[in-house]
Amino acid sequence: MSLSRRSILKGAAASAALTTAPMIMGASHGKPKVVVVGGGAGGATVARYLAKDSKGALDVTLIEPTRTYFSCFFSNLYLGGFRSLESLGHTYGTLASEYGINVVHDWAVGVDRDKKTVSLAGGAALPYDRLVLSPGIDFVDGSVPGWDVTKQNHMPHAYKAGSQTELLKAQVEAMRPGGVFAMVAPPNPYRCPPGPYERVSMVAHMLKEKNPKAKILIFDPKKKFSKQGLFQAGWENSYPGMIDWLDSEFTGSLEEVRPESMELVVGGEVTKADVVNVIPAMKAGRIAELAAITNDKGWAPVVPATLQSREDENIHVLGDSAHQGDMPKSGFSANSQAKVAANAIRGALTGSKVFPAKFSNTCWSLIGTNNGVKVGAAYEATAEKIAKTSGFISQNGEDAALRKQTYEESIGWYAGISKDMFG
Amino acid sequence: MSVWTARIIKAVSLAVMLAVSPASGPVAASEIGDAKTGARLFQVCKACHRVGKEARNAVGPHLNGVFGRVAGSVEAFRYSEGLIRAGADGLIWTADSLNAYLENPKSLVSRTRMNFIGMPSAEDRSHVIAYLRAFSDKPSDIPEAEPTSTATDHAVDPAILAIVGDPDYGEYLSGECLTCHQKSGSDSGIPAITGWPREDFVVAMHAYKTEVRPHPVMRMIAGRLSDEEIAGLAAYFESLE
Repeated sequence: MSLSRRSILKGAAASAALTTAPMIMGASHGKPKVVVVGGGAGGATVARYLAKDSKGALDVTLIEPTRTYFSCFFSNLYLGGFRSLESLGHTYGTLASEYGINVVHDWAVGVDRDKKTVSLAGGAALPYDRLVLSPGIDFVDGSVPGWDVTKQNHMPHAYKAGSQTELLKAQVEAMRPGGVFAMVAPPNPYRCPPGPYERVSMVAHMLKEKNPKAKILIFDPKKKFSKQGLFQAGWENSYPGMIDWLDSEFTGSLEEVRPESMELVVGGEVTKADVVNVIPAMKAGRIAELAAITNDKGWAPVVPATLQSREDENIHVLGDSAHQGDMPKSGFSANSQAKVAANAIRGALTGSKVFPAKFSNTCWSLIGTNNGVKVGAAYEATAEKIAKTSGFISQNGEDAALRKQTYEESIGWYAGISKDMFG
Repeated sequence: MSVWTARIIKAVSLAVMLAVSPASGPVAASEIGDAKTGARLFQVCKACHRVGKEARNAVGPHLNGVFGRVAGSVEAFRYSEGLIRAGADGLIWTADSLNAYLENPKSLVSRTRMNFIGMPSAEDRSHVIAYLRAFSDKPSDIPEAEPTSTATDHAVDPAILAIVGDPDYGEYLSGECLTCHQKSGSDSGIPAITGWPREDFVVAMHAYKTEVRPHPVMRMIAGRLSDEEIAGLAAYFESLE
């Protein structure tokens, strides 16, 4: 089917070249349509690359409910006082005006895979030839007993940036002297593997200044975590005695949280805290589930070389929602996958040359002032999964100049990926 | 130190590989050079660099005690960002890193302000390095036997520089670069690569690929790029304004 479709398109392109251009350009309803759901690192990037590289040959629509996107990456730096929230906010104006992307601020609430349409909360149904879902994460109901999203004002998750992040920061600032900040860390897999531990570093940085007797407790269902050696050495150095990481082997598992009384019940013991940051278990963003392309764990399996859903070749899934193999769920990964998917989609819809898939990721984390660390890897697509081919990680004992340079590099990366996403 | 030893062996082989003068060839100068000849050759360097008693910074930093020094670390000298970055990445001046730098400064440190075309003859370099060695704190600690240039079995491949890259493929591949390096050429924490001369780009990427340059992200990225892919990227980035 796709073959005949492609040859028809090629024929159309050839006849277009023979007639006067303006008439053909005006007939935009005839162009292949790509609808992208989610305007983050995966969605904004794929929309931009599709529009930019197809040079008008594709009709690209980006559906994103918020008008200002706050990046989850670097939101910990806002908690630590290293960035303003405004500096993490991005709008879609350039994607619309310079790239000709139809930006629709609405919720996608359903996918009709047979009719190939996406329905919006506002009532419209948008037809597509290819659909890209990049909806980020949602939380698994009941994964932290006693907590659900209606309790997020008592015990914020702050794992989608914006008002939740502001709330968490305000709560930490308002902690009584010598108070307790407790984090319920998530089980694997989840968005931004070093994120919870960078967050703890940033909270500690703030408390060290304003509330030096305060304590931080991390209740973790995992036995180990990303950059563990780097974080723990950094905590020992910069925040001695402030942070206790408690894995469930040691404490017994988390039984419940009590948002009304600000308590956690762990291994039969009740701990009272002043601030509780609950980061629940995660799954693909809701629209992936509504499109019925998720597995029993709630993630959407994809074909590594193209990011096409294993359930539907007309749907691509990017970033956090995708079940792809070895890449961590990060903004960098989503951005990397978006470029591969854009190349594959253009190839399928316009017959452009498809180059081999290459993926990479680097995650920078800030432990304290000018103390940046990073971990990264390169990946390739095998038949089975996106597979890691090589990697690196910062080392303990690096000198201050290198750590400062790593931090400055992360700022450069933030500026770079922001441009790459939003133009 | 063992990491450095490995880097340096590669550095030297790259330096040989990148030799551009047909006269130089892969010279086996396994012995340290002649300091007196080095003093004569150093006249070229003197335009910018001072060495010896009471030497001060001039256009370039003074070179007393350069052996064992972290790159970009002479006090009160205003270095290029490139050299400061190289120093922070762990570049230390040794006979071998100096050898690679003198061969082609930009192959080791792109955007260094050292405006020197390079010294193609391995023998000449070994003489200059022998001369500089006498101005180090403890010349005796620098082993006489440390080769300043080593013959190598690696194919010397100027053909790499001759590859004509496909800028369209380069444009596709550039997506990976542009996650960090801004297309506008803005340089904030991550160096700009827009408009970079093709040859410098190729030389730098091969220096990462062969692990002469220390930056881990770039080693990873360059490590899996083929020579043709590097040529394509170089062609693309050179074409950007």
